[in-house]
Amino acid sequence: MSDGHAVRAEGLEKRYGGKPALDGFDLAVREGTVHGLLGPNGAGKTTAVRILSTLVKLDGGRAEVAGLDVARRPREVRARIGLTGQYAAVDEVLTGRQNLEMFGRLFHLGGRRARARAVELLDRFDLTAAADLGVGKYSGGMRRRLDLAASMILAPSVLFLDEPTTGLDPRSRGEVWDSVRALVAGGTTVLLTTQYLEEADRLASRITVIDQGRSIADDTPDGLKDLVGGDRVEVVVAERAELPRVVKVVARVCEGEPETDEEALRVHAPVTDRVAALTEVARTLQDEGVAVEDIGLRRPSLDDVFLRLTGHRTGARTTEKEAAAA
Amino acid sequence: MSALDPTTVPRERGRLYWLLADCGNLVRRGLLHYQRQPVNIAWQLGFPILSVLLYGYVFGSAMKVPGGGDYQDFLMPGMFVMTMAFGFINTATLVVHDSTKGVIDRFRSMPMASSAVVAGRGVTDLLAACAELAIMMLTAMAMGWRPDGGWGFLGAFGLLLWLRFALIWIGVWLGLLVPNPEAAGGLFAVAFPLTMISSIFVAPQLMPDWLGWVAAWNPISSTAAAARELFGTPVGGGDSWIERHALLMAVGWPVILTAVFLPLAVRRFQRLSR
Ligand SMILES: Nc1ncnc2c1ncn2[C@@H]1O[C@H](COP(=O)(O)OP(=O)(O)OP(=O)(O)O)[C@@H](O)[C@H]1O
Ligand SMILES: [Mg+2]
Repeated sequence: MSDGHAVRAEGLEKRYGGKPALDGFDLAVREGTVHGLLGPNGAGKTTAVRILSTLVKLDGGRAEVAGLDVARRPREVRARIGLTGQYAAVDEVLTGRQNLEMFGRLFHLGGRRARARAVELLDRFDLTAAADLGVGKYSGGMRRRLDLAASMILAPSVLFLDEPTTGLDPRSRGEVWDSVRALVAGGTTVLLTTQYLEEADRLASRITVIDQGRSIADDTPDGLKDLVGGDRVEVVVAERAELPRVVKVVARVCEGEPETDEEALRVHAPVTDRVAALTEVARTLQDEGVAVEDIGLRRPSLDDVFLRLTGHRTGARTTEKEAAAA
Repeated sequence: MSALDPTTVPRERGRLYWLLADCGNLVRRGLLHYQRQPVNIAWQLGFPILSVLLYGYVFGSAMKVPGGGDYQDFLMPGMFVMTMAFGFINTATLVVHDSTKGVIDRFRSMPMASSAVVAGRGVTDLLAACAELAIMMLTAMAMGWRPDGGWGFLGAFGLLLWLRFALIWIGVWLGLLVPNPEAAGGLFAVAFPLTMISSIFVAPQLMPDWLGWVAAWNPISSTAAAARELFGTPVGGGDSWIERHALLMAVGWPVILTAVFLPLAVRRFQRLSR
């Protein structure tokens, strides 16, 4: 690709039964980077990945992967990409080794090289010990890593990862993240879709936010945070029952409206005069005898970014009103 | 390891070569499945054996064949046909597993020939059908069934596989149509009456008129009647047009089924990219 982009999509459109899944979606991914595609359920992430990986035909717009038009030259695109779909697509019956050998043969490496490549990848993804175990017995994290290994057989120049850590426990998630970092160090371009803000923040050097089939922002993680602007005071309490009192105090002291994360027992609100506000909140809470677990200042998270951009939240987080009612 | 690493550069060959090679590799995968799941082999081969034994001994003495003749000579070819007929459920089950688990999507995202996905399934299932037929025939012979050998025997074997071939397309079509593996299991409830209303267990003349007519026109009846003829045990045949032309229709029905369901299966497969 002439301008240093491994993936470029312009005005992608895809309709399912008249309802748009992609509605003028734009994307540009620079070579050799991890690019995050961040959006809530049903935003169109999988649809975008399936179009770019030639699985689904587009209804409108244009897309190039590794410099090749996906609609006109799908076969050549397929020889240059790896795909790890939203659900680990490996053969449950075969062993890890048999899976990689099979995919190697189907990638046209021939039997001998397919076997050699399988050994190499099993080692690289830390699966050697489980190589001859049926995949049905693998943990979620191992399965994902095998899935990643299968996507890496041809050392693709572009790798699509559709929610690679959804449904994994924190340890397995960390393992997958390590694998992705290693891949990028090897020169692969990665397009990673995720609903986890933390994941995009940790792995991606650039993030496209997608909502209802459209890209609504494209920036660095820090750039997106600056978009929201300002720091926040954050209070974490030990007991759920304390939340309403904290909300009241924070609302009184801070300029912005407080938000409650009931799951994390956390209340936060934007402030301008950072230290003064923090001291004031801390003092008032102490005066009122509220048991505080943690209090501090933090930079806005991508979750805040999403709320600012779309007007709705990414996950099932409660609003302040719901928290007060609970 | 870069993209130029020679170990990761695919070999250059023609399209037909890769279609055959990809198909071969998927057959190899299918056979590895059997190797890794011996229980499935036992079930898949055990069911036909059990059927032959059960129906042979349980019904054997009580059933009559119109026009005289040995019920065993009537029943055994019917059992072979039944096993071929139920085969489409195996095909559908394997296809629905691959499509719901995303394995078919992975194949489609690779530079392999996507028609090999279907072709590989078909060849694997035909190989399994050969094994099923062979083991059923051995069991039947152990029970005293004595077909003619020679070309007739091979012809009957071929017609049975020909029926199974046509049913691959119904299997693939249904496998891509049903939403999950559980639903594929439910196909048995549909297949069972469809195989019973035929000439595989009972001659159509012994059924009520209308039912006998339906049974005689059931495609699998023609294969059963043709097989009885070719095995040298032509018992229980009727004299309606369809029954007098069993050989012709044992060739013709699968052609018709293929002509209908192959395009449907292909269309369903292409619809995956919609
Ligand atoms: N094959 C399909 N048939 C009909 N509608 C579809 C199909 N695939 C996607 N859609 C619809 O298109 C929209 C976008 O779906 P998509 O799967 O791309 O979202 P997503 O961002 O990947 O969501 P998730 O985070 O849940 O995976 C949704 O409204 C979905 O219902
Ligand atoms: Mg998705």
